[in-house]
Amino acid sequence: MLIEAVRLAVQAIFRNALRSFLTVLGIVIGVASVIAMVTVGQGSTEQVASDVEKLGANVVIVVPGQDAMRGGPHGTTAPMFSTRINDTVKARVAAVAVSAPISQTRERVIFGNANRLSDVVGTDNRYFEAARWEVAAGRLFEPGEIQAGRAVCIVGETLRQALFGAGDPVGASVRIGAVSCRVIGLLRSKGASTFGADQDDFVILPLATFHRRIAGNADVQSLFVSVRDGASIDAAREDITALMRELRRIGPGEEDDFEVLDTRQFALMLTGITDVLTGLLSAVAAVSLLVGGIGIMNIMLVSVTERTREIGIRLAIGARARDVLTQFLVEAIILSMLGGVIGILMGLGLALAGARWLAVPFSPDPGVVLLSFGFSAFVGIVFGFFPARRAARLDPIEALRHE
Amino acid sequence: MADPPFIELEGITRVYGTGEVAVRALDGINLTVRAGEFIAIMGPSGSGKSTAMNVIGCLDRPTSGHYRFAGVEVAGLTRDQRALLRRHYIGFVFQGYNLLPRTSALQNVELPLIYSGRPRAARQRAALEALRRVGLEARALHDPSQLSGGQQQRVAIARALVGDPKVVLADEPTGNLDTKTSVEILDMLRRLNREAGVTIVMVTHEEDMARYADRLIGMVDGRIARDEQNREAA
Repeated sequence: MLIEAVRLAVQAIFRNALRSFLTVLGIVIGVASVIAMVTVGQGSTEQVASDVEKLGANVVIVVPGQDAMRGGPHGTTAPMFSTRINDTVKARVAAVAVSAPISQTRERVIFGNANRLSDVVGTDNRYFEAARWEVAAGRLFEPGEIQAGRAVCIVGETLRQALFGAGDPVGASVRIGAVSCRVIGLLRSKGASTFGADQDDFVILPLATFHRRIAGNADVQSLFVSVRDGASIDAAREDITALMRELRRIGPGEEDDFEVLDTRQFALMLTGITDVLTGLLSAVAAVSLLVGGIGIMNIMLVSVTERTREIGIRLAIGARARDVLTQFLVEAIILSMLGGVIGILMGLGLALAGARWLAVPFSPDPGVVLLSFGFSAFVGIVFGFFPARRAARLDPIEALRHE
Repeated sequence: MADPPFIELEGITRVYGTGEVAVRALDGINLTVRAGEFIAIMGPSGSGKSTAMNVIGCLDRPTSGHYRFAGVEVAGLTRDQRALLRRHYIGFVFQGYNLLPRTSALQNVELPLIYSGRPRAARQRAALEALRRVGLEARALHDPSQLSGGQQQRVAIARALVGDPKVVLADEPTGNLDTKTSVEILDMLRRLNREAGVTIVMVTHEEDMARYADRLIGMVDGRIARDEQNREAA
């Protein structure tokens, strides 16, 4: 009987193929948006995770001021750091593996006719270790170059392409603002971060060179710290915070004039955006499913009215109320499951396109796909029940008389 | 005829509405039909013959009185039990044929067997056999819209027969047909009655058609006005 009901339902649905499709459009849109959003969201979360992994999951960044997430160190009135503070952090916090002092600005970098506005960073070899940069060509700084503040620099892949095309930059002389310096190395590309920031668009100088020739002061704008394997990041952050308060003479009850950030916070902030977007679109999807369900109820009521005579015939030849109920309920369920399947396929297609466009991995979640399918069937049951019950309760004599 | 009473109506009334506007469609009917009979219920429109048919067919329930079908008191049955009774014992033939549109003759005839849970192959065999009996096996895959009125009614008869019912109820089976086709249909019902022993209760207002029956019931104003054997039945 159930098989017959399914066969009958499929016949009825395809007899009115266009009407059926329009009816399930709400479900299609609802399911497609859920699938697309969740899949793309999942992909970007994975992307963030892998970015954080690239940056180093055990990295902590210390910056002056309390608004690092908003304006960066430039906006703050809090005093900057110094190379001495950097060395003290390394010396006094046991969990710190490497701590690199960093200062940076933006400046035009020129080679021949080519130029590009890039990040100019002053630091030393400890930064490459802490941030896991590898040399693609040439070499890192030599101790003498760091100490004497020689005019040498190491470029990122993006800057290399802008200035040298495919050519070898090592040995060339570039100009950073008014300062000439010789390129000694090229870093292996890390690519774009999740939200499009190009991590390879920079040139690095020894910190002393940066201080003397570019910045004109001896400030250290941030500390780039990597934590020892196996050590707790949270504990390291606490220790660093305590030490910084001591070094900067902040009394009890006073607020920090610096921040200790770890990459998980960046990740949380980024996934937070994704979560908000996913939440919003899920709400839209839920409304769409509701509207889709009402559409199905509407069309089933029309169908029951149109087929009143058919119902009368079936009742007369021996269908019980529950047989008629099953028939119409199955039809509503199959209709909405069909919408669910179309929606899932469309959603996966959209997610694939979206993942390509955002350059994040395409990672469909079978659980979400199954859940959407189940939910569309559920919509069919809920919104198909009332029309089906109306059909089942028809009086056979009245129904047979219906024109 | 020594057959036991098969359909027994005893003091059956059927009242529509209540109070001032109440209509007594059936007003104390007593009728006994034995297995194997072919009876015609006649009367002008409004005489209650269709209501009587609905009660006999267990589609409607009497307001009062007793109705025993094969010894079972129908008044005590639930809606679903009456559906099962129709499914297994009663075949219907209607004036308007009442075939499912856009559904082949074969599928129409199969319909009652779907509800009795017969497997598909057996169902199709039985449906084809029923169509053969009404001479339409060649049209098995035609839709009702591709068949003439007489052919549609023959499909309807095949549908009524396919479940091997004890009784076929025919409500104005020739009402929409011309004389020649009407005669064919009645000949067919006659043959079923004579050869297969199917009890037939037919409602009609045409004297010409009624004379095919063995027994004529005349109704007026919800009462049985005459009940006589038809000696001239062919």
